[in-house]
Amino acid sequence: MSEEAKFRWIGTRVVRPDGVDKVTGRATYGADFALPDMLWGRVLRSPHAHARILSVDTSRALAHDGVEAVITSQDLPDIPSEEAFVGEQPTNFRELSHNVMARGKVLYHGHALAAVAATTPEIAASALDLIEVDYEVLPHVLDMPAAMAASAPSLHRDLEPAGFAAGATVPPNVSRRIELGHGEPDQGFAAADVVVEREFTTKPVHQGYIEPHACLVQANPDDDITIWSSSQGHFMVRAYTAKLLGIELSKVRAIPAEIGGGFGGKTTVYLEPLAAQLSRISGRPVKMVMSREEVFRATGPALGTRIRVKMGCKQDGRLTGAEAVLHYEAGAFPGSPVQAGAMTMFAPYELEHVRVTGYDVLVNKPKTAAYRAPGAPMGAFAVETVIDELAEKLEIDPIELRLRNAARKGTQAPFGPRYREIGCVETLEALRSHPHYTAPLGPNQGRGVALGFWFNAGMQSSAGLNVNEDGSVSVISGNPDIGGSRASLALMAAEEMGIDYEKVGAWIADTASIGFSDITGGSRVTFATGMAVVEAARDVKRQLCERAAAIWEVEPERVKWVEGEARLEGEPDREPLGLVDLAQRAARTGGPISGRASLTARGVGMAFGAHICDVEVDPETGRVEVIRYTAVQDAGRAIHPSYVEGQMQGGAAQGIGWALNEEYVYDEDGKMCNPSFLDYRMPVASDLPMIDTVIVEVPNPRHPYGVRGVGEVPIVPPIPAVVNAVHAATGVRYFDLPLSPPRVLAGIEAAADRGA
Amino acid sequence: MQYWSPGSIEEAVGLLSETGATTRALAGGTDLLAQIRIGGQAPERVIDLKRIPELGRIDVDAQGFRIGAAVCSAEIGEHEELRAAWPGVVEAAELIGSTQIQGRASLGGNLCNASPAADSVPALIAAGATCTLAGPDGRREVRVEDVVLGPGQTSLALGEIVVDFRLPRPQYRTGDAYLRLIPRSEMDIAVVGAGVCLSLDRDGHCTACRVALGAVAPRPILVAGAGEALVGHAVEGDALAALSAAASAATDPIDDMRGTRDYRIRVAGVMARRAAVIAAERAASRV
Ligand SMILES: Cc1cc2nc3c(=O)[nH]c(=O)nc-3n(C[C@H](O)[C@H](O)[C@H](O)COP(=O)(O)OP(=O)(O)OC[C@H]3O[C@@H](n4cnc5c(N)ncnc54)[C@H](O)[C@@H]3O)c2cc1C
Repeated sequence: MSEEAKFRWIGTRVVRPDGVDKVTGRATYGADFALPDMLWGRVLRSPHAHARILSVDTSRALAHDGVEAVITSQDLPDIPSEEAFVGEQPTNFRELSHNVMARGKVLYHGHALAAVAATTPEIAASALDLIEVDYEVLPHVLDMPAAMAASAPSLHRDLEPAGFAAGATVPPNVSRRIELGHGEPDQGFAAADVVVEREFTTKPVHQGYIEPHACLVQANPDDDITIWSSSQGHFMVRAYTAKLLGIELSKVRAIPAEIGGGFGGKTTVYLEPLAAQLSRISGRPVKMVMSREEVFRATGPALGTRIRVKMGCKQDGRLTGAEAVLHYEAGAFPGSPVQAGAMTMFAPYELEHVRVTGYDVLVNKPKTAAYRAPGAPMGAFAVETVIDELAEKLEIDPIELRLRNAARKGTQAPFGPRYREIGCVETLEALRSHPHYTAPLGPNQGRGVALGFWFNAGMQSSAGLNVNEDGSVSVISGNPDIGGSRASLALMAAEEMGIDYEKVGAWIADTASIGFSDITGGSRVTFATGMAVVEAARDVKRQLCERAAAIWEVEPERVKWVEGEARLEGEPDREPLGLVDLAQRAARTGGPISGRASLTARGVGMAFGAHICDVEVDPETGRVEVIRYTAVQDAGRAIHPSYVEGQMQGGAAQGIGWALNEEYVYDEDGKMCNPSFLDYRMPVASDLPMIDTVIVEVPNPRHPYGVRGVGEVPIVPPIPAVVNAVHAATGVRYFDLPLSPPRVLAGIEAAADRGA
Repeated sequence: MQYWSPGSIEEAVGLLSETGATTRALAGGTDLLAQIRIGGQAPERVIDLKRIPELGRIDVDAQGFRIGAAVCSAEIGEHEELRAAWPGVVEAAELIGSTQIQGRASLGGNLCNASPAADSVPALIAAGATCTLAGPDGRREVRVEDVVLGPGQTSLALGEIVVDFRLPRPQYRTGDAYLRLIPRSEMDIAVVGAGVCLSLDRDGHCTACRVALGAVAPRPILVAGAGEALVGHAVEGDALAALSAAASAATDPIDDMRGTRDYRIRVAGVMARRAAVIAAERAASRV
């Protein structure tokens, strides 16, 4: 029996539960909520990249007609340092508090330092102008070399750098040093026939979710707080809001809205604690909605990086050693994903000698936030470009070179453990046999390939499965659905229960209605929450068998749940009892039938993706056009193939934008110059070809249906795939992103000058 | 904010001539409304020009074309005769924004917004278009290149509006073209724009050529030297290179997030040359 034939629902392309609402415009997002008597909140933001706040006078704003509350950091508790237990990037509750409302100093242009609530958005906006702030402007640092120079101004005087040897000199604004690997890279380089060493830089880029941050918060006089907002985890919203206000989690209920994209950028909060405090003071519900400009200036972009990579290789294509030094910009508070970058960059390869050192560096820019496979695309850019250069020097096909060194079961990962079942080789082989790889190219066109890795996360999930009175089933979980997870959870429930998908409803419950669930991040929901759904379904099936046994007056062990009904073993003539029968008799057999599961998901399936990109470069303008693109990825098992393909296409699209045109542009004063989608150039639909996808399935044996995470891997290979393709088209190697037309043309001209 | 929707030019000019309240003309609003939203400062009065019949029509007669200043790009693109006669002007209008924007954006707004990067303006200048202005002192006819003075500044007097644009019927073996460079494929602002209109004799030698550039100086510029470089020559080789060099030399661009100064200087020549080649092909295909 083939794998597919085993399943009735897994792997089918059913209509998603939230689909009709979304295409008819009825889905309710963060900004769609309203309550009677509601106020509008607005945030006052710093006009300086770095300044001491000498005084803030809110009296004129408070006196303004229609203004009901004004807050500054003085209105929030000065909470102690505590590592946050939710979220995705390393965070500290105290630092988060200082990020949502500056205390003492503003650390970047756009940093929040006061907020008002007024009866209309216009009054709130004009009241901001009435807040008088006295600043002492301080020197600022915008890039890492400047931040680490001996004379650099410090962002945080009380910074305690971690990971340095006692007595080591630590440059200013470095919060952390990390190191990992095994073997002795120098030995590896000594044994190599070719060594390539290169330095790369990347700029901060924004996740670019279409929905700006928005929330509605109501605080009651007894201090119960209800939050409606869109986020990547309402339990995260609850924890951050409660912690920042210094109240108990049980006082806060967070209700998830539909989410218009997050990509990691909504794994933290900006508005909810402010709206909550404004609501507590005014006694009225407060709604806050960011403008696109605020989203760009003040919410976490993904970081900029500087990466040095050195790799050695034998003539026969065996890698002998690898070394890298990473500098990752955390923004104004510590906590870049430098650890993840260091762990992932060499992960696709079998390496005897590998070492990575990384630094977390503070600069006067917004605190960075997670962005799909946080930290990994930049590392892959560096490593995969060097591999491409090695392949060129050794005259070995670039996929073949990767295959000769590909990680397999038993390979020791640079971050320590040995891999279990992984699909790196299968992914590369599928890439090589795709017709795209051998399709002819025209003039000024070039082809690049790249490989990428992401761990995927497990973490904690809860799920409930209720058998309704009519025998239909409701699946309840605690994870906002960003990429179609409700459909995947419902499919797994239907498969497990042996019932029609149409009989399953999938819902996301608020923080008071389901057990704790970590954020929707780390590509974990279909894997981990899926596991919880399967466990809850098995719990229900056990109960259903017990109910049938009671009705039949037999031992429960003799009853089996097969194809959606209870059957009595050894008695084929006995009329089976289906879900409808058992639901209708539930009152008399022990009451409602519901199952639940709360778990820490172990056995995460690590994943690899490999992409082919063809570009055409205009040699006179440096403009790059992506003309063909293919993404291959090991999904473990695609529960709903369309949403796996959607993730692959979306990751590729975002990676292409990152490679070609997206960047934060700052002026000398540390102000971002391009805070709009007009000048922050994400790709538009017409910029991209149809992105072809190939799903490879090497099932993860530690998930009931073989699932691996799929949402993050696809943003890892695109940057080097594009950059390698541009090299193939022009003969020029590029080491700095983005490959905007001026940069590409400058490279072509410099090469022509060298040639002349 | 007051919204006025006059039905005649006289009424509109009257409203726009009154002082005391900040007043702005409104056509498609794709610049004005965006500026109000971003800048926050709304004018006290907005005078919508779209109900004035003369501004909303394209007329054709023996002399040529009259394009109402408030006609939107989409309508311009659907006008078969205009398309056939002035493909460069039409392709410029059809580059503005996106399908949605083109349902609103007008040539009058594109010109009077006075952005150095406005797409239709170099195409209109190259084509030799004039425009009719109406103001408190009556009407006057000016060349398009004389309207924009610098970023956000025009030579229009208080109360003056653009009524229409005039283009002749193209002469024997004349063709025009407009090209722009943007990093994306749409929804972007020209880093360089180049409009070229040229005429050929029977042997394929250029008898007249106008080259206009956008986004490379404080205002769209007519580069006489670039056009002259081609006159008397076939549209190829050294003559094209001379046109390209003259175009680059005439620029005085800025460095900004959309492109560097050096880049704009180089690419201005490239775009002008490529537009000239397309214009020549169009000219040659006409009898
Ligand atoms: C998303 C987007 C994309 C865009 N892309 C492009 C692009 O690719 N290329 C490009 O060139 N532009 C682009 N624009 C800018 C804009 O769409 C164009 O400049 C458009 O032609 C403006 O026309 P309008 O009718 O909308 O002008 P409006 O916004 O109505 O007016 C613009 C200005 O001109 C004045 N005005 C309008 N009509 C007259 C008149 N008859 N007489 C006197 N004054 C007048 C107004 O008072 C105002 O100051 C874009 C805008 C947006 C929002």
